[in-house]
Amino acid sequence: MSAIRLTLDGKPVELEASPNTSLLRAMRDAGHTRAQGACEQGECGSCMVMVDGVPQNSCLVPAAICANASVVTVATLLQPDLADAFARHGAVQCGFCTPGFVVAAEAALADEGHLTYDTVRERLAGNICRCTGYHGIIEAVLEVSQRRRGTSP
Amino acid sequence: MTTVATTRSFAQGIRPDVPPKISGEFEYSNDVRIPGMLFGATKRSPHAHARLLSIDVTRALAMSGVHRVFTHEDIQRGRVLGHIIHDQPVFVQDVARHEGEPVAFVVADSQERAWEALEAIEVTWQPLTPVTTIDDALANEPVHPQGRLIRELVIERGKPAEADVVVTGTWETGRQDQLFLAPESAVAYPIADGGVTLILATQDLHTDQGQLCNVLDLPPEKVHLINSGIGGAFGGREDITLQAHLAIAALALGRPVKTTYRRSESFLAHPKRHPAFMRYRLGAKHDGTLVSLDVSIDLDGGPYASTSGPVLGSACYFAAGPYRIPRVRVHGRAVRTNNPVCGAMRGFGAVQACFGIESTMDLLAEKLAIDPVELRRRNVLVEGDEFPTSGQRFTDQTDLRDLIDRCMALPIKSTSTAIDLDTPGGTGHTLMGAEIVRAEGFALGVKNHLYGEGVPETSWAKLTREGDTIIVESSASECGQGIQGVLDRIVRNEFPECDVCFAVPSTWMQYSGSSSASRQSWMSGSAVLGAAQRLKTMKSDDGAAVSAEFEYRAPATHRGDPTNGTGDIHVSWMFVAHRANVEVDPQLGLVRVASIATAQDVGRIINATEVRGQILGGIAQGVGFAINEHLDTPDGLATNNSLTDYLVPTVADMPTVEIDIVEQPDPRNPLGIKGVGEPSAVSSTAAIANAIRRASGRSIARVPVRPSDIALDD
Repeated sequence: MSAIRLTLDGKPVELEASPNTSLLRAMRDAGHTRAQGACEQGECGSCMVMVDGVPQNSCLVPAAICANASVVTVATLLQPDLADAFARHGAVQCGFCTPGFVVAAEAALADEGHLTYDTVRERLAGNICRCTGYHGIIEAVLEVSQRRRGTSP
Repeated sequence: MTTVATTRSFAQGIRPDVPPKISGEFEYSNDVRIPGMLFGATKRSPHAHARLLSIDVTRALAMSGVHRVFTHEDIQRGRVLGHIIHDQPVFVQDVARHEGEPVAFVVADSQERAWEALEAIEVTWQPLTPVTTIDDALANEPVHPQGRLIRELVIERGKPAEADVVVTGTWETGRQDQLFLAPESAVAYPIADGGVTLILATQDLHTDQGQLCNVLDLPPEKVHLINSGIGGAFGGREDITLQAHLAIAALALGRPVKTTYRRSESFLAHPKRHPAFMRYRLGAKHDGTLVSLDVSIDLDGGPYASTSGPVLGSACYFAAGPYRIPRVRVHGRAVRTNNPVCGAMRGFGAVQACFGIESTMDLLAEKLAIDPVELRRRNVLVEGDEFPTSGQRFTDQTDLRDLIDRCMALPIKSTSTAIDLDTPGGTGHTLMGAEIVRAEGFALGVKNHLYGEGVPETSWAKLTREGDTIIVESSASECGQGIQGVLDRIVRNEFPECDVCFAVPSTWMQYSGSSSASRQSWMSGSAVLGAAQRLKTMKSDDGAAVSAEFEYRAPATHRGDPTNGTGDIHVSWMFVAHRANVEVDPQLGLVRVASIATAQDVGRIINATEVRGQILGGIAQGVGFAINEHLDTPDGLATNNSLTDYLVPTVADMPTVEIDIVEQPDPRNPLGIKGVGEPSAVSSTAAIANAIRRASGRSIARVPVRPSDIALDD
């Protein structure tokens, strides 16, 4: 085990990790629990965080290569308008996938000038939700995309 | 996208659990940390059927950081699990009866160390021939001392009658996993009086407690359960998985012990939806009037009972759908095999039966050259009819012709080739579009809410008013389905001036029953309403806290007549209609479910957003079951127990959905509530299968439909 120094949501942290410890496990073992693990093989997106500005499934990223990286979770990324839209559109039931969806959605909203029904689905296709049937999530992200661009939904 | 017509009658507002879930601050059971806690891991049988010869834990115990290994020797003989039938050992004692059955539980300083120690536990097995088919199970020695059958049920109603036309169908369904997203995780810690407390994620606190008291030989005062955040359930958290292992370890070691399952073992650890093997014979007159139905249903229960008994009851009582049929005979068996244990999943037997009857109805429509929707319209139950299986009176229910008409009146998108995502096979498609065939399918679904079959049913709630805050105590499990949001609105409706907050559900509260069978809004909603009405009559002196409790008792039901299975089996029913449009690539056998239209009978809307969420979520699971989801177990051994190989629908697979919510309050409870959780999963699969059958011209005798079922000759 060695100590990996990085910044997590803007704060310097030290994570204990062996060479094959994932970033997800290293964060969770240190008590940082905003990323969840449902499959730990990169299929479900519930562990999604931003590593140096790129959305990643943290279960597939070795903690060891994140030395000096900036890791950002839902805690930093979530904007009040997206939180409000998720709540109003029924985008959340059990909520286990939600922090990962928020990361994927905020990354898509930041990258894409204008999200459409089709592009939202492309950008969120790496995240699994078992409860909601996705429509509430799509509607929430589309609404925020339109509002942030100053057009009415 | 989706549209819903709503009525505004209840207090509004966001579900209380949702904001912390969005921010990531909500605490699930796997987030719980207790200082000084140890970690456990479960050694499991690699065989579907094998005699246990020896367990050698010497090497494991010699590893640094390993504290103890627990096996069947740590359990009193004869103390077994099972919430209806006690038949499941905590650890394999003599014979392992399914792959993944727990044989030992190792406790170490870290989760990684515990997993490493699993490799050092040496178990010697004598493999036995696994019993993996219904026929083998009935022909061979029983795989369990309690016999080959978990339950057999015969329902017989009416006198044999002559039909002008008879159709027969043989139908089969797959083994679906609930795939709740949060894998099983819990912490147990010892308490001062020799008892133990668990922080866990369960659908039914008190039933878990009863089973733990039995295997630990402790009274309920010494076994406490607290529900943490539950990351989905869908029936998959009704049975004991890790609870007993953790409690035994915490009591023996005097320290907190936690474990979290990996996805691969989660698949093997909790019961799944039963594979069903069904034979249908349906007779009608030339004008389409149904005359007689003969059905046999065999469910593969795996080796232990779990909820196979009531699941079989549900499959049999809904085998004839919501149709008027004067003569019905159903023969059902739940059979023990060495396949994975099967139990509860959303729809609970009614899903399989719906695929059987709705597929057979389509065969009859084709034979009679009657439109399949019209055939159903002519035969649905109307006020005063007898339910086709139980003979129970159909009264004060939704108008089923209206339900069908409202579903058929919804707009539905019949083509979608706008982007690669929306073609069969997604971005990997190889067709140019011209070859794709499209068709629509229809299915009607019915299921009971509440337990039925004579099981007494109550729910308790307590409300405490302190100033302008109401504290709700209910042991109902919030699995994500939104029961706390429902209770929140019911209380705020009675006390609009108050804030509402919830005490953490635990076994220190009285029984509210399981979050299953689409029952909690009806049961705990009625309990909370009763407590609220009592509380309103109470005066507070000087602002001191006042409390009111209420135990709601559901209308009684009865077990079926021992000779013919008939009787007043259920309190009431839920109905739903689904129309599915599919696009099929006939050469590669790929399917895209393009759109669904649904009309669902929900009693009374309390929260329209959440009703819609239940409808959409159930449809997503129905889409998965129709075209993908099956845990494959050749020779009893799972081959796709990972999220890489077991495919659940993503946002790209989800069809457009049009929804019409039918509100007719149920007079059997004070709020007019009906369950909403299960119907969306009951007939969505059957509607999709009917559409694929029409599009492909193949028999589509099984769900999930495989590419070979479409692309290769029958």
